[in-house]
Amino acid sequence: MTEANRKAEAGQIVGTIAKVAGPLIVATGMADVQMYDVVRVSEKRLIGEIIELRGDRASIQVYEETAGLGPGEPVYSTGEPLSVELAPGLIESIFDGIQRPLEVIYEQEGDRITRGVDVPKLDRKKKWEFVPVAQVGDALSGGDVLGTVQETPAVVQKIMLPPTLSGTVEWIYKGEATIEEPIAKIKKADGTVVEVPMLQRWPVRRPRPYREKIAPSEPMITGQRVIDTLFPIAKGGVAAVPGPFGSGKTVVQHQLAKWADADIIVYVGCGERGNEMTDVLMEFPELKDPRTGLPLMKRTVLIANTSDMPVAAREASIYTGITIAEYFRDMGYKVAIMADSTSRWAEALREMSGRLEEMPGEEGYPAYLSSRLAEFYERAGYVHCIGADGRTGAISAIGAVSPPGGDTSEPVSQGTLRIVKVFWGLSASLAYKRHFPAIDWLQSYSLYHDKIDDYFSKHVASDWTELVGKTMQVLQEESELEEIVRLVGVDALGYKDRLTLECARSIREDYLHQNAFHEVDTYTSPEKQHGMLSTILTWYQKGLDALDADVPFSRVAGMKILEQIGRMKYIPEADFPQRLAEIRSQLDAEYIALTEGGSLDA
Amino acid sequence: MRKEYKTIREVVGPLMLVEGVEGVKYDELVEIEQANGELRLGKVLEINQDKAMVQLFEGSQGLRIADSKARFLGHGIQLAVSGDMLGRVFDGMGRPIDNGPAIIPEKHLDINGSPMNPAARDYPAEFIQTGVSAIDGLNTLVRGQKLPVFSGSGLPHAQLAAQIARQAKVRGSNEPFAVVFAAIGITFEEADFFISDFRRTGAIERAVLFMNLANDPAVERISTPRMAITCAEYLAYELGMHVLVILTDITNYAEALREVSAARKEVPGRRGYPGYLYTDLASLYERAGRIKGKPGSITQIPILSMPEDDKTHPIPDLTGYITEGQIMLSRELLRKGVTPPIDVLPSLSRLKDKGIGKGKTREDHADTMNQLFSAYARGKDAKELAVILGEAALSDTDKMYAKFATEFERRYVSQGYDTNRSIEETLQIGWDLLSILPRSELKRIRDEYLDKYLPTRPAEEV
Repeated sequence: MTEANRKAEAGQIVGTIAKVAGPLIVATGMADVQMYDVVRVSEKRLIGEIIELRGDRASIQVYEETAGLGPGEPVYSTGEPLSVELAPGLIESIFDGIQRPLEVIYEQEGDRITRGVDVPKLDRKKKWEFVPVAQVGDALSGGDVLGTVQETPAVVQKIMLPPTLSGTVEWIYKGEATIEEPIAKIKKADGTVVEVPMLQRWPVRRPRPYREKIAPSEPMITGQRVIDTLFPIAKGGVAAVPGPFGSGKTVVQHQLAKWADADIIVYVGCGERGNEMTDVLMEFPELKDPRTGLPLMKRTVLIANTSDMPVAAREASIYTGITIAEYFRDMGYKVAIMADSTSRWAEALREMSGRLEEMPGEEGYPAYLSSRLAEFYERAGYVHCIGADGRTGAISAIGAVSPPGGDTSEPVSQGTLRIVKVFWGLSASLAYKRHFPAIDWLQSYSLYHDKIDDYFSKHVASDWTELVGKTMQVLQEESELEEIVRLVGVDALGYKDRLTLECARSIREDYLHQNAFHEVDTYTSPEKQHGMLSTILTWYQKGLDALDADVPFSRVAGMKILEQIGRMKYIPEADFPQRLAEIRSQLDAEYIALTEGGSLDA
Repeated sequence: MRKEYKTIREVVGPLMLVEGVEGVKYDELVEIEQANGELRLGKVLEINQDKAMVQLFEGSQGLRIADSKARFLGHGIQLAVSGDMLGRVFDGMGRPIDNGPAIIPEKHLDINGSPMNPAARDYPAEFIQTGVSAIDGLNTLVRGQKLPVFSGSGLPHAQLAAQIARQAKVRGSNEPFAVVFAAIGITFEEADFFISDFRRTGAIERAVLFMNLANDPAVERISTPRMAITCAEYLAYELGMHVLVILTDITNYAEALREVSAARKEVPGRRGYPGYLYTDLASLYERAGRIKGKPGSITQIPILSMPEDDKTHPIPDLTGYITEGQIMLSRELLRKGVTPPIDVLPSLSRLKDKGIGKGKTREDHADTMNQLFSAYARGKDAKELAVILGEAALSDTDKMYAKFATEFERRYVSQGYDTNRSIEETLQIGWDLLSILPRSELKRIRDEYLDKYLPTRPAEEV
C-alpha cells in the first residue's frame, strides 16, 4: 500500500453516527463529503457508501452487518468513490460484491466472513513479468498499451495507460514487477512526470470510456442448440433469462459461462446460493475450454455475493462486475458477463429505498428501478476501444431474472424486457417434463437474427437461415395442431399433419433437449447443430413426399433410422462428420426401400 | 451494574420505544423487568440518537409502561450450547422445558450467525438414502442440502418428514448423526406427533427439540429457527456431527415477520410481506451446508404450508429461489390414495447430479431418472387427453404411456410411511416400470445401460 493510499484508507474523522437501522446508517457532521464517497464506519471500520446528503446529515449504506453499532460512534471519510482495482490478478479470483478476495479472507479469517476485515483487493506481493510494448519517446494517450503481462495461459493482460492520462514515455520497465511498482514514467503536456504502475482504480458507478459503439454483427456461439439455432445472441449483445424457480436459470447461466466463445467470463452471483458459487469454483478448474483446451477457470472472474451476505454489497456487486468486464473489453477482448440474478439486485435496491423512506413505485420498488437497469445493460455493447491501435472489444451481458411466481408482468422483468434484445423465457411446464434447457420456443425471441444469420450462412452452411425458418414453422404448426388434437383427438388429423407432429416431437426431443450434464451433449458446435437439424428436416421432407407416394403413415413414423436420429446428440464431435454421412445414406436407403415397398403395398 | 431505563414511552403491538438511552447498540438484547419481577426479552431494531425501538420477543400483554424497566445487555441474542443438548426439549427461546437439569454451556453463540464464505464451502455431494423412492430415485437428497417440503393444510408433510428423519442414512458410514427439530407455531398435536415418533423409534436420544407452539407468542417465532440452526451449527462444526434440521412451519415464521414489519409501518412488498423477506429467509436457509475441512454437515428440511396450495405465494416462491429444490406434495395424489403423495414433476433436487451415479448410487441412475421423468410427464398428458376424448382416441404409444403413469404412481411413488427402500430396490422398480415401454422409446438412456439393466421381458403385473 502506498503512503497516499494508507492515508486515504485511514481517513479523517468527519462525522458521528446518529441512527442505525439495519444496513442504513445516518451520520451527522458530514457536510464535507460527496455523494457516493466511501466511508469507514465506527472503530470496526465497516465499509459504507454515502447515498443521500441532507445538510450535514448523510445516509450511508453499509456493506457489512451493522449489529453492535450505536449512536456516537465515529465515521471516517476516505474521500474516494467506491472503486475497483484493475491489474493482473483478477482472473481466477473470487471476490465479494465490493471486490474483497474471498479466498484470501478464507485463509486469513476462517470460514466465516468477519466484519471490518481489511485485505488488499488484489495481491500486492506477487510479481508479474511485464513485457513492454511502448518505447521511450512514444506519445501516448489514454488507453494506449504500455506493455503486456501473461496473466494466465489463456489471458494476456494489456497494461494500458489510464483513460485520463496522456503524454510521452520517458522511461519504461522490462521484467518482473508487482502491481504497485512503476512500470513507466509519462511526461505530461504540462511538463510534470508521473509514474505509472500496473494498478489502476476506477469508480464502479462510472462507465469506462470508449471511442464509439458499433452495432453487433457476429454471434456469440454458446454450443447450446436452442440458443445458437433459434435465439442467438451477438457478441456485445444483451439478453435476459427470466423464469420461475426450478426452471434452470442458473444451469443456463453456467452453461453459457462454460461454453460461450468469449475471451473472458465475468460471473456475478448476486444474492444467490452459496453452493452454486462453490460449484463453479470446483467445476471450472476441471473443465476445458473447447477452443483453447485450457481450464475454463483460466479465463474467469467470479463475483460472489450470496444471499446471506450483506444486502448493500449485493447492490454494488453488479457494478463491480461490469467495471471489471469493461477493463478487459478495453484491452480488445470479447467479454461475457452473467448476472444471476438481477431480481435480487433489484430487491437490494428496494430494501435500501424502503429504509430511506422514499416514495415507492410499483410493488415497493423505487421509481428509478428501470433507469438503473437500463444504465447497467447499456454498459454492454460492441465498441471501438480508446487507444491508437483501433482495437475493438465487446461485452455481452446476460441477466437472469427471477420473477415472483414466474409472472413476468412484475417491474424487474418489465424493466429488463424493454432493454434487452434477446429473451430466453424459461417455462415451468417444460421444466416439469425435464425438457432442459427449458427455453420456451414460442415465447422467446432474438432480435439479432437479421444481423448474425449472415454469419452462420457464410461460416457454417448456406441453408442455415432456411433451416431455422423451417424449424420455427414446424414448432409453430405443432402448437396449433396440438390444440385440435386436444379437442377432437389425433385421429382427426390428416397424415401430413401427423407427420408434422412427429417432426416437431423429434425437433423437441432429439434436438432442442440438451443434457448439460452429459459429457458430449453439453456442447454442440454449429456444424454439428446444422448436421443434426438438416437430418431431421430431411427425414420430414422426404416423409411428406413418401406420403404423397402413398406410403402408409405408420411406416414413415416407424422408420428404423429415427432411433439413430434420436441419438445423434451423443455422437462426439470428432466422429460426427463420418457418422452423419452414414446416417444420411441409411436414411436415403430406407426411404428408397419404403417407396418401392409402399407402391407394392398399394 | 448496567443502567436501567424507566423511560419506556410506547408499546405498540410487538414494538416498544425507550427514550433517553445512552450507548445502546443496534441489534442489542434488551431485558424488560416488570414491577412484579417478571422478565421479558426484546432486541433493538432501530436506534436513533437517544431513542431505541425495541422488538419484544414475547408479546406485550400485561406490560405496564409506567413501572417497567428496560436493561440493555450489551450483546445480541445468544444461545447457550453444549453437547448435552441432545435428547432435550427447549422452548422457542432456548430455555429447557422438559424439567431436566439446566444446560451447562460450553459456549454462548450469537443466534444470527455470520455469513459463510463461499470459498470455504464444500460442495454437497454425498448421497443420503431416505428410503423414499420418489426422493432417492428422482429428487435425490445430499448432505448439506436444503430441501424444503411444500405442503398444504391437511397434507401429510409431518408423516413424510418423520419418515425421512427416521430412515435417512449415508450408506456405509457410521458417522455421528443428529436431528434438530424446530416447531414454529404449529399445534400441540402436530408437535406431539413428532415427539412420539422420535420416542417410538428411539431417535429422541440424538434429537434436540425447540418448541414454539401455536399459543406461544408469535414474535418469538422469529428467534426459534435461529436457535435451532445455531444449535445445529454447534453440533455439526464443533462436534463433527451430521445434522438434519427440520423446521416446521416456515409460513408461521414469515407471518411473524410480517407482523413486526407492519407494526414498524414499513413499505410492504407482495401481499404485505416485507421487501426483505427473501434476504431474511436466506439468512436461515443459507446456513445449511458443508465447510471444507470440517467433518460435520447441516442438511435442512424446512416445511411450509402453501396458502391455498398456491406455490406462487411469496413464501413458497421466495423459498424455492433460495433452497436447492423442493419436494411438492399433491392433494390429488393423496385423494387417489398415494402415500406419500409426492408429485415428482414439480419436485426437484438441484444437487442430485453431484450425488448420484457411479460410486455414489449406480451408473444408470441419472439416465433412468431422466427417462422416468419424461415418461411420467408424457403419460400424464396422455391420461388427461383420455379423460376428454376417451381411451380410444389415444395412439398405441400413448396408451402405453398412460399405463406407465398409472403404474408409476402405484408402484414407485406409493410406498407407505413405513417402507424403507434401498436405492437398488428403487432403481429396480424404475427399470421394471420402464419395461412397459418399447426400447426405442427409451432415448434418454445410454445403450450400454439398456443392455445391462433393462429386464428382457415386460415385468409381470403385480
